[in-house]
Amino acid sequence: MFRAIQITFGIAIVVFLLMPIFAILPLAFTSSVFLNYPIPAYSMRWMHELTTADVWRTSIVNSLIIGSGATVFATVLGTLASLGMRSGTLPMVGLLRTLFLLPMVVPAVVLGVGMQIFLVRLGLASTYLGVIIAHAVLCIPFVIVSVSAALQGIDPSIERAASSLGAPPVTVFRRVTLPLAIPGVVSGAIFAFATSLDEVVLTLFVAGPNQRTLARQMFSSIRENINPTVAAAALLLIIGTLCLGGLATLLRWRQKRSALETAPSAI
Amino acid sequence: MKAGVLRERSGALLLVLPVLVFMAVFFLWPLWAMVTAAFVDDAVSKVLPRTAASIVSWNGQGVPSEAAHKALVQDLRAATDEQALGEAVRRLNSAASGFRTLLGRTIPAVKAASDPAQVDLLAIDPRWKDTRFWMALKEAMPPYTDRNILAAVDMKRDASGSIVLEAADASAHRLIMLRTLLVAAMVTIACAVIGLPYAMLAASLTGWKRSVLLLAVVLPLWTSLLVRTAAWFILLQNEGLINRALQAIGLIDSPLPLIFNRLGVVIAMTHVLLPFMVLPIYSVILGIPRNLMSAAQSMGAGPVRAFWRVLLPLSLPGLLSGSLLVFMVAIGYYITPALLGGANDQMISSVIAFYATGTANWGLAGALGLMLLGVTTVLYTIYGRFSTSPQVPGA
Repeated sequence: MFRAIQITFGIAIVVFLLMPIFAILPLAFTSSVFLNYPIPAYSMRWMHELTTADVWRTSIVNSLIIGSGATVFATVLGTLASLGMRSGTLPMVGLLRTLFLLPMVVPAVVLGVGMQIFLVRLGLASTYLGVIIAHAVLCIPFVIVSVSAALQGIDPSIERAASSLGAPPVTVFRRVTLPLAIPGVVSGAIFAFATSLDEVVLTLFVAGPNQRTLARQMFSSIRENINPTVAAAALLLIIGTLCLGGLATLLRWRQKRSALETAPSAI
Repeated sequence: MKAGVLRERSGALLLVLPVLVFMAVFFLWPLWAMVTAAFVDDAVSKVLPRTAASIVSWNGQGVPSEAAHKALVQDLRAATDEQALGEAVRRLNSAASGFRTLLGRTIPAVKAASDPAQVDLLAIDPRWKDTRFWMALKEAMPPYTDRNILAAVDMKRDASGSIVLEAADASAHRLIMLRTLLVAAMVTIACAVIGLPYAMLAASLTGWKRSVLLLAVVLPLWTSLLVRTAAWFILLQNEGLINRALQAIGLIDSPLPLIFNRLGVVIAMTHVLLPFMVLPIYSVILGIPRNLMSAAQSMGAGPVRAFWRVLLPLSLPGLLSGSLLVFMVAIGYYITPALLGGANDQMISSVIAFYATGTANWGLAGALGLMLLGVTTVLYTIYGRFSTSPQVPGA
């Protein structure tokens, strides 16, 4: 009896969690103009609309531009900071770390208002650079978390071994530390890109009509005039993020395995 | 040795410095800009500095002195920055309606006059006799104001300067704050009620069953928030899957109202935030030694008693940090209520967004944002105390 309740509950919640994601996907291929079931016939009509209609196509291109820009900014800055905080020689490292992770915590709307006021003063409101910077602020924490975890997994004795064998610090960094940290950097970059791809609220505040991203375009489409293009865009985003997520998981798994190989006693 | 440490430290500092500068400029400064926007009120005094100096001595009785008139004329003639002037006019018009048309007539006339000493404001527009406009001008002069922060809690200063409640129908910020807390609490409770047993179930299973349960939590986390919100839109609408299914099995005759109301918002937000509840509880339960439950049972406790006295108390830290996290994220939520809620389900974030992007009233947006930021900071500090790793899980 108890067992049956457990199983039913578990299945019910799994359905609750997964049903929405799976419910939206087939609608990307509906032939109807309404975004609901039953699907009268399957067609590529809305996929076509997504890739040819001006607003949607520009928004996809914008998402790629802004996502790449924010990823580059966040990955470079975040990786440098993680390396700097690693040695433990800096005073107040805990405070710094908290500061760098704060953008995850501050409500997006609050940051959005401040960012809007600030970028208007700077003359960067409604520019690509402004949106890229705003996104980079949100992406940096993800890079720092990921790279710091990778650096923590490196056994210091390997680096000590390298320098005891005569390698100067730069060589140790280039030949030992960096190759071991690269999976963390790449998965940090992936997290950063995915964050930028999905960001709406900041974009709402700082982007002009020319910087509309895909997520932003979906937001206004759902709000004003929902049609199956939204489902087609959703499919695109799901495939995109799942590919990115799969890549990140693969990297993490490889990182874990290499950590196991190099330091079996540490795990 | 000491020089080595010093060099290492300066090297580390050099690596951290770029992010530190970037975050100071593009994260802390914007937040500071928002806070100051709530308190700084210099739009008028910047454009009309002479008037500001001259009107201080006016006691509010009758029309101000000739000197104040002269100062205003001089200021208006000197005002060449159209944007700053527009800001000032907007600020004055919000304090005393009619100011826009009054200045709209006055400014061209003053600028066209050949001799500023001969300009008579009363001749240009008789409304300059009205002390209401002069009062608004005087009140707009101090560079700092508590107007926004008072308005954020539905209060204002009356004519004598004492703080009074805003008329009940004029402003609804308190109501919206209460609603924000209420919706966040409902979502937190829903997440706790579902998340606690779910995490326990996942921890008690092994093999593929556990993997399926965990995957179901992580997969939505990886899916775009917009996609999930759009998906709930599809499911909850009147012709949506849920209503269709319920009608098909004959449970209801007409569609249940599931969207554009509180229920839809709570359902969708629970779905979005459930992983933040399940993951902390799950990791806490995994840390509980498995033999504790069997030890309790071997000492004569029934399964219910063992659960109630052993497993539940030990998993409470996870429940607590999960609840804090869900509540903290929920009070700042914008997208889901904006898309799935009706007019009566909008939370504080929507109001902030409305003031900032809709009416460019950054002062009030800043004041409300400051409150939201304050509550979030307090919750995050508590969360940091309770949780060993002060990071958002699943990040």
